[in-house]
Amino acid sequence: MKYESQRVAWWFFATSMLLLTLQIVYGFIMGFAHMGIDGLHDWIPFHVARATHTNLLVVWLLCGFMGSAYYIIPEEVGRELYSVKLAWVQLVSLVVVGVTAIIGFHCQWWEGRKFLEIPRPLDWLVVVNVLLFIGNIGKTMWKSPRITTTSCVLFFGLLMAALLYLPGMIPTDHQTLDSYWRWWVVHLWVEGVWELIMGGILAYLLIKLTGVDREIIEKWLYVIVGLTFLSGILGTGHHYYYIGTPRYWLLIGGLFSALEPLAFLGMAIYAISMAKKGGRSHPNRNALSWTIGCSILSFVGAGFLGFAHTLPQVNMYTHGTLVTAMHGHMAFWGAYAMLVLAIISYALPQLTGRKLYDTPLATYAFWSSNIGMVAMTLAFAVAGVSQVVLERRVGMDFLTVQKELEVHFFGLILAATLFASGIIAYLVQFIRYGMPIGDVRATAAAPTDIANDATGAEAVS
Amino acid sequence: MLSKSAARRFFLGGTFVCFGAFVLLTLDTLRRIPAQTNQEAMTDAVVRGKHLWDSSNCMGCHTLLGEGAYYAPELTRVYERRGPMFIAAMLKDPQAMYPGQRRMQDYGFDDAQINDLVAFLQWIGTMDLNGFPAKPTLGNVAVAVSASGDPLATTGDRPQVFNQICIACHSLRGQGGQVGPALDDVGNRFDVDYLQRWLRDPASVKKDTKMPKLPLSEESITELAAFLSKQTTAPKKEAGK
Repeated sequence: MKYESQRVAWWFFATSMLLLTLQIVYGFIMGFAHMGIDGLHDWIPFHVARATHTNLLVVWLLCGFMGSAYYIIPEEVGRELYSVKLAWVQLVSLVVVGVTAIIGFHCQWWEGRKFLEIPRPLDWLVVVNVLLFIGNIGKTMWKSPRITTTSCVLFFGLLMAALLYLPGMIPTDHQTLDSYWRWWVVHLWVEGVWELIMGGILAYLLIKLTGVDREIIEKWLYVIVGLTFLSGILGTGHHYYYIGTPRYWLLIGGLFSALEPLAFLGMAIYAISMAKKGGRSHPNRNALSWTIGCSILSFVGAGFLGFAHTLPQVNMYTHGTLVTAMHGHMAFWGAYAMLVLAIISYALPQLTGRKLYDTPLATYAFWSSNIGMVAMTLAFAVAGVSQVVLERRVGMDFLTVQKELEVHFFGLILAATLFASGIIAYLVQFIRYGMPIGDVRATAAAPTDIANDATGAEAVS
Repeated sequence: MLSKSAARRFFLGGTFVCFGAFVLLTLDTLRRIPAQTNQEAMTDAVVRGKHLWDSSNCMGCHTLLGEGAYYAPELTRVYERRGPMFIAAMLKDPQAMYPGQRRMQDYGFDDAQINDLVAFLQWIGTMDLNGFPAKPTLGNVAVAVSASGDPLATTGDRPQVFNQICIACHSLRGQGGQVGPALDDVGNRFDVDYLQRWLRDPASVKKDTKMPKLPLSEESITELAAFLSKQTTAPKKEAGK
């Protein structure tokens, strides 16, 4: 850690860990309900748990991204944050909005639009909040002596994410238009600008952890985010097959979303080859595991499993079944959850000055959460494919099929337990690191980064 | 080898072209949506139904146009599949309709709200969705094989009210729900008079039954009782089901 103001990132990371824990609790509630055990139905019916589960995911990831930006940007551009106070205002208001939204869900105050359930007045507060964040980061960059590609890509991703929240607020009475604009937010976020954020953070981690030259890493960063937009923007068409939009989306969506795995494949090859290329190894192997793991599982989850049901001929039968849940879980885990966990694993030793990486607990957290998530994905896959065959192909009654699937949800819960034990290990690790320490010089001396960052060195003075 | 500035040009150029194309396609799509979605049939009731659909977060369990959660049935073609009578009964008292099954929240909708939701679902059913949802093609094959000798399970010879309401919980010749008993041999067990009394109020015939009292008209009851009394199987075939 080189700058005092980076310390504020710790609070964003801590908040995001808290929200992740809560998200997992709600996931279990839904898993049990699918298994036929719905004892909480009178207090937390399924749709409440569902809205809470998905919205917590979005908020903890955004919170993690914000923390990452507050950590990365000062170091990348070589100056303190414009305002730490503003960052605090922004964190507190984000938590207030988030808590209000979740309590609101339990009182059935919501919009009922998948992933964008939070009520309209709170939408506006989110917009204000994100603008404060963008302003703070933007001002920091504006006033700095240098701008790096990594920081630009990260900033551009965050800015576009904020702007793309707006189409979701276009008022409409029409179900098709409602969905049409909703995907502008949801799809263009997760298969568009969030990948920019992902690319930016990955590039930063690779520069720090592998010792490969910044110029090379940033050149390939452009290629990868280029591929992302080339496939991802028109790939939005795969949400427009069957919602009352013209037939040409079947062709356009099918063609471009078939290319989407390329961007993720590029990301995986990029991370692995950079790690191989870097001769000297960074002592924080655990952060490198999360970084490489992120690039690989994002390809499997978002790229490969997304492709598995993106073609219109397949999607005709899988659209609106548990197959989507299979893809969704591993895609979010691989691409975004692991990314946030990677940057936290890297930043904690820097923030706290303690070298707790490569402990058995850190290794356990990595492996059991990943194996658990792979097993969860398999459980969803078996349940999803069975549902497709029995309900969509054979024409059996919905509830009859769901009864048959209960056993797979027992499997899901077993897998989720393994997954959760990994996350608990990660949290214990987080707590053992303790609070960030006050003195920058003390932390700067502690963990060692590979000194490859030529431009970084001159900017510090 | 590729230079960094060439890589940057690839990124900026590709993004610009794709986003431009996406905006143009969006403009064209917005122009075509009214015709494709039968927008002129969107009455005030439909719009009110749509907002009820949202404010109740129905998508938190159901899917509509294939979008939503996977805990409760897909409702795009529910108007055709179950009909207005069933939907209204379900919304009136959700937990009575599928006793002992996965529960739907009781929203306490009044009759006007129920009408709005039915109108909304009816309108959704009239959209051109490029072929979604596909008809289950393997279903007929499976029934034809299992029935071995019995006539194919056709739905044309049944009262419409049977196809919309009864089949949600009961099955006939392998098709339908498994909440209540199969009705293949119901005619062996009960006569028309008993069936009529049963349909009027199940609990008055058998106190501890889980079957709800359905909102059936007198004509429907007569028609259903006559139809059900004809559902018989030869006694030698596993009649004890």
